[in-house]
Amino acid sequence: MSKHYNSTSGRVFDVFNYIFLGLFSIVTILPFVYIFGGSFATEAELTARPFFLIPREFSLSAYQYIFSSDTIFRSIGVSMFVTVAGTIVNLLFTVTMAYALSRRNLMGRNLIMNLVIFSMLFGGGMIPTFLVVKDLGMLDTYWALILPGAISAFNLIIVKNFFQSLPPGLEEAARIDGCNDMGVLWRIVLPLSKPVLATFGLFYAVGHWNNFFSALLYINDSTMWPLQVMLREIVMLSQATVGDMSALNDQFIKPPEQAVKMAVIVVGTVPILLVYPFLQKHFAKGVLLGSVKG
Amino acid sequence: MTRFSRDRWLYVLLLPGVLYFLIFKYWPMWGVLISFQNYQPFLGFWQSEWVGFEHFQAFFQNPDFFRLFRNTLMLALYDLIFFFPAPIILALLLNEIRLSFYKRFVQTLVYVPHFISMVIVASITYILLTTQGGGLNNLIASWTGEKIDFLSSEDWFRPLIILQIMWKETGWGTIIFLAALAGVDVEQYEAAIMDGAGRFRRMWHITLPAISGVIAILLILRLGSFMDNGFEQIFLMKNSLNSDVADVFDTYVYEMGITMGSFSYSTAVGLFKAVIGIVLVLGSNYIVKRMGQPGLY
Repeated sequence: MSKHYNSTSGRVFDVFNYIFLGLFSIVTILPFVYIFGGSFATEAELTARPFFLIPREFSLSAYQYIFSSDTIFRSIGVSMFVTVAGTIVNLLFTVTMAYALSRRNLMGRNLIMNLVIFSMLFGGGMIPTFLVVKDLGMLDTYWALILPGAISAFNLIIVKNFFQSLPPGLEEAARIDGCNDMGVLWRIVLPLSKPVLATFGLFYAVGHWNNFFSALLYINDSTMWPLQVMLREIVMLSQATVGDMSALNDQFIKPPEQAVKMAVIVVGTVPILLVYPFLQKHFAKGVLLGSVKG
Repeated sequence: MTRFSRDRWLYVLLLPGVLYFLIFKYWPMWGVLISFQNYQPFLGFWQSEWVGFEHFQAFFQNPDFFRLFRNTLMLALYDLIFFFPAPIILALLLNEIRLSFYKRFVQTLVYVPHFISMVIVASITYILLTTQGGGLNNLIASWTGEKIDFLSSEDWFRPLIILQIMWKETGWGTIIFLAALAGVDVEQYEAAIMDGAGRFRRMWHITLPAISGVIAILLILRLGSFMDNGFEQIFLMKNSLNSDVADVFDTYVYEMGITMGSFSYSTAVGLFKAVIGIVLVLGSNYIVKRMGQPGLY
């Protein structure tokens, strides 16, 4: 095999391939490096130098400024609460339903599966869903950020398929020892599913942390805004070229400058980058599970 | 009945999930009927007046209709032509890397943007491209002497949307193809080498056929959301200066429904869009099956 890999054209391809992929990955993270470096720069340097990754003069003033009021703290708190509570709800709803559906002899199983699959093909859309949330009295409550997305049909099917792939002998043994369905789920199935729970827990958690759309639709009260909505208000809407500034963030005396915007982006990104190494260990496995047909 | 009582705990476990689907998925499906009404929130569904296809007619006769259709279609086509093949190409290139630490290094970096929110992607785009001190625009200005107004230009809107999505999702998109490629039998490559097949012949005759099933399934899924265009992204990047090319069905539904309160009219627009989406999924699934691929259903 090695003989052919060492042919001239093969080598030329290899060299270009290695260089291209290296450049591609560097370009991918370059914007983060730029934002991160800029957030520690002085406003003067940001105006004076056209483009830089490492500031000459290190400054924490942007961070001091954004943390000088409780606006950012409060929205981080909202995002953290919704992420934790939402992920617990997601896992609870997904696992219980997936476990019940994984039992092949359950009456009504096919009907429910078809209802789930149909909901992936067709949905009521934005306005009817909004009206349901409104009719339930959930506008301007954190429920609106948690319940309408409690189960992802796609994740549900993958978890169900995983449960089905567990060896049936274990369950029979547990039954002989006197376990009922709840006991089997709690003592046998869940301990065997830790990698799956970790994968989907993290996917759900990232989804909650990044969620912008639900808050845009359902939360009018700006004291309840999660971080993503706050980020948009600060970074994008303070642009003089876009929209009306005065109506948008009156909690800021002056419109945030470049370094402040960068610092806010860093604050919104860091939590994800902190869990990323942990995430990465799991998601390859999670995606492989997803390709298992059920 | 004995089966029912035997499985009573399973039905207890099933209950929250079934309620979720009934309330948050099927109730809105029923709610779609308000597109045939003049829905008034204070009258509710049962008292509101039925008007038949009036809202649909109004929408098709609205001059906005053509513009929304064109923008939705153009963005979807850009996505299909430029973004869809990108993860396949990247996966094929990554698959040729034999230094495993280098491969892991590249993968680790290119997956990162997938986990970042669209708000941050749009925010970074603003910071880099604003004419008021944006880093990339500064750089362009120092080379050419002129700044480019990317953010409020109609010409730049579609390229920006596609570049953002390529930056965010190309790396992540490779995962499923790499998983498929890992399953290819090494003996096939060895046999091909014995027959004198070069690198590109092997890629063409072994590697690509090996992932064609995955490509077909992803294509069907993509066509299913052909009309969706990523609402969040477009909503974030749209402004009054580029709205002529930025308005798509989804942003129109949001503006008409949530901002203006025309619930029935915007629901009709959403329903029209969803029906086209279903036709595209079923149609493409049918074609893929006729071409001898497994398809989705």
